[in-house]
Amino acid sequence: MMWSWFKRRNSAPVARERLQILLAHERSTLGRSNLVSVLQDEILAVISRHVFVDPDAVQVKMDRGAKISTLEIEIEIPNMVGPPLAMTY
Amino acid sequence: MANVVVVTSGKGGVGKTTTTAALGTALAQSGQTVAVVDFDVGLRNLDLVMGAERRVVFDLINVVQGAAKLQQALIRDKRVETLWLLPASQTRDKDALTDEGVARVIDELRQRFDWVLCDSPAGIERGAQLAMRHADAAVIVTNPEVSSVRDSDRIIGLLDAKTERAERGERIAKHILVTRFDPARASRGEMLGIADIVEILSLPLLGIIPESQEVLRASNLGTPVVLSDPASAPARAYTEAARRLEGEDLEIVIPAEKRGLFTKLFGRRAA
Repeated sequence: MMWSWFKRRNSAPVARERLQILLAHERSTLGRSNLVSVLQDEILAVISRHVFVDPDAVQVKMDRGAKISTLEIEIEIPNMVGPPLAMTY
Repeated sequence: MANVVVVTSGKGGVGKTTTTAALGTALAQSGQTVAVVDFDVGLRNLDLVMGAERRVVFDLINVVQGAAKLQQALIRDKRVETLWLLPASQTRDKDALTDEGVARVIDELRQRFDWVLCDSPAGIERGAQLAMRHADAAVIVTNPEVSSVRDSDRIIGLLDAKTERAERGERIAKHILVTRFDPARASRGEMLGIADIVEILSLPLLGIIPESQEVLRASNLGTPVVLSDPASAPARAYTEAARRLEGEDLEIVIPAEKRGLFTKLFGRRAA
């Protein structure tokens, strides 16, 4: 009884710890979403120099793991009508 | 040339309007010209807290749209003669505030006043971003409570990304103002302490406004707290915060803590 009363009183350290964990996560998430959109724009620009791609058909995903993160890029290229690009001279 | 300061928080109900009124009044009391500008379109309240609600004829949107001149919309305070209010509109159309219009009004205010204090609406949407857009400095009003601190962190991110200064690669001066601080509860470990908030948000502290009945009494009366009871603890805290905003290096004492201990660790240096 006494112990639970004692524990009830000190909620500020819990608040502090929860905030520190949450904000560390949110700050990295916000930074990450920015990185992903920058990557998306630049990858699209490079691909577009060579083949036509629909800007909406580029998917960039980043999964952050404990030790490594993975970057997943998926680009849809429409099938050419006629000979493939490399064969036209 | 004025200092444009945005009073912001992300979260609603933490004391932005009370703070804008109190800081604006305190700055004007030292003889400087001050304009307090309400950006909370549709939910204006700065007029009420300043006791000028019955004197509103034109508002910010009228000026932005060119329907009224700035001089027609500005309301001069009856108690402090260098203090002026530019009220928000009660119209629901928030899009009535255009980027160019706000830029022009702020520019005009800059030329006429020493200080321009912009009372931001809650949230992180367009209204809040317009209020902070042209600011040179920001006062981030924070309660010692988890949701308020989290929202302050979001707003700090926006200040570093969406303001004119940030886009030019310049620094915007950011200060934390803790309001509704209850020293007894903090010392018992029931409320986030000042050191916790400063450490988590890692910004300098502008002041600590203790929880006080006088703040509610002041808004009931429509008299900024620095005028309604200048000797009260919140009034003194706001007056000191205003002096720090001017660049004075005043020691911050946490209510009910030993004098000097805090500032040794987290002392604020004027920029």
